[in-house]
Amino acid sequence: MITLENVTKIYQSSNGSVTAVDDVSLHIKEGEIFGIIGYSGAGKSSLIRMLNGLEKPTKGNVIVADRNIANIKGKELREARQEIGMIFQHFNLLWSRTVRENIAFPLEIAGVPKEQRLKRVDELIQLVGLQGRENAYPSQLSGGQKQRVGIARALANNPKVLLCDEATSALDPQTTDSILDLLVDINQRLRLTIVLITHEMHVIRKICDRVAVMENGKIVEQGEVLQVFRQPKQTITKRFVQQVIEPEETKETIAHLIDKYPRGNVIQLTFVGEAAEQPLIANLTRQFQVNVNILQGKISQTHQGSYGVLFVHIDGTDEEVAKAIDYIRQQQVGVEVITDVQ
Amino acid sequence: MFNSLLPNVQWDTIWAATVETLYMTGIAVVATFVLGIILGLLLFLTSKGNIWENRLANAIIAAFVNIFRSIPFIILIILLIPFTKLVVGTILGANAALPALIIGAAPFYARMVEIALREIDKGVIEAAKAMGATTATIIWKVLLPESLPALVSGITVTAIALVGYTAMAGVVGAGGLGNLAYLEGFQRNHNDVTFVATVLILVIVFVIQFIGDFVTSKIDKR
Repeated sequence: MITLENVTKIYQSSNGSVTAVDDVSLHIKEGEIFGIIGYSGAGKSSLIRMLNGLEKPTKGNVIVADRNIANIKGKELREARQEIGMIFQHFNLLWSRTVRENIAFPLEIAGVPKEQRLKRVDELIQLVGLQGRENAYPSQLSGGQKQRVGIARALANNPKVLLCDEATSALDPQTTDSILDLLVDINQRLRLTIVLITHEMHVIRKICDRVAVMENGKIVEQGEVLQVFRQPKQTITKRFVQQVIEPEETKETIAHLIDKYPRGNVIQLTFVGEAAEQPLIANLTRQFQVNVNILQGKISQTHQGSYGVLFVHIDGTDEEVAKAIDYIRQQQVGVEVITDVQ
Repeated sequence: MFNSLLPNVQWDTIWAATVETLYMTGIAVVATFVLGIILGLLLFLTSKGNIWENRLANAIIAAFVNIFRSIPFIILIILLIPFTKLVVGTILGANAALPALIIGAAPFYARMVEIALREIDKGVIEAAKAMGATTATIIWKVLLPESLPALVSGITVTAIALVGYTAMAGVVGAGGLGNLAYLEGFQRNHNDVTFVATVLILVIVFVIQFIGDFVTSKIDKR
């Protein structure tokens, strides 16, 4: 659905040039929810803006729904844009129009006759759950409701792709979740390809099928969300994964335990999918001469399945502990022996 | 009753002068509104980072606006005499005042329009572009409606300035309440006529301000 080939974006400014996006190649499949995560300044915003031609790449091709957005302009670009919906961090609704009129705006642009327009707007209001607020102005809506209007507006012309530019970053956690649920619902109902950028791993974890991690304009890591959660390779990815699975106090607890028990090992176990359902700890204490002390655990739900992390302290003779760790390794459970806390 | 207090006031003359003032102000406001919005849009759209970004065009329009905004109105009328003669055919009467009124007020209003357009959230313009809107659609359906309250309060301020300009134009023969106050009131030393003319001008200003404030509050849904 979307292919980026060696895309580079360089901004010229008075104090030299800045490479915002550096030779990025990417393929996004039809119907998937693809997340791009990075800190601010990583270039993700420039990247998503190139997908609908709000920014032109300095080099490279941007192919969305068989059109090379990098090369087209004028009428052709406007038509391409009608097939690409976009929602924004600050909603960008027209304050002078009601909910209904805001949603009708892209239909007016596409030249849809009035009668059909009204019908389509009603459908969209149903779809995003804004019944009863049709005639409200944006200033009378909450953040979550505004984003629902933004989503309805973006879907008005039945786009093939929906771009989400930090769409939940201005919302509180509860509202974020309800908007994310709506996005998943839309993705499944309409088979819509969704590309989102965010700095919150929570968003990636909750709805994305695949993720790309951006740093300094480059994609440093990408893959299935569950895979990236299980085995983050880059330091930045590990930091993002920690955002969701490892509360701050874990580090302190572990540091404390390493000091307190010079014997034995503190171990991080990572369970993915079915592995999470085995009685691993029970088996360990039954089969080996070790004591297992559970320090902290958490299970996170991703779009593709569950993912759990458990911190345990295993105590016993060196030999038994080594045997126990070997045993865990055979169970398709990720093991990491923690010797000190970074 | 009034007539004993205001011995020199001839109400039919006053009425005629009021109509002239309203006529000059009305036509000038409408023309200034249109011309000012066009100039303001051009200033905005050709500025840096906008749809028609063009430094040369922007510099030329800005220079034009600044020059005509800076010339004191009474001098502008005199400078425009040849132009007025060419366009209107005379330099006397209400119609003769119009070119100077419009050329004096439109650049002033154009700057207010530009400021109003700058206040629009850039994200909204970006959203319209992302939907595939043409520039004409962006102007008609985003820029003008989203800045409308500021455009209306701007034209209110400009209209009030225009009432003042018509009085000045009156001094050099354009008619209206300013003309009356100067010729009848000042030169013949009929203070009561000056007084009545002043009161009427104040009433016109208050009414314009009231209408402007009312319309602004009605259309502002922010």
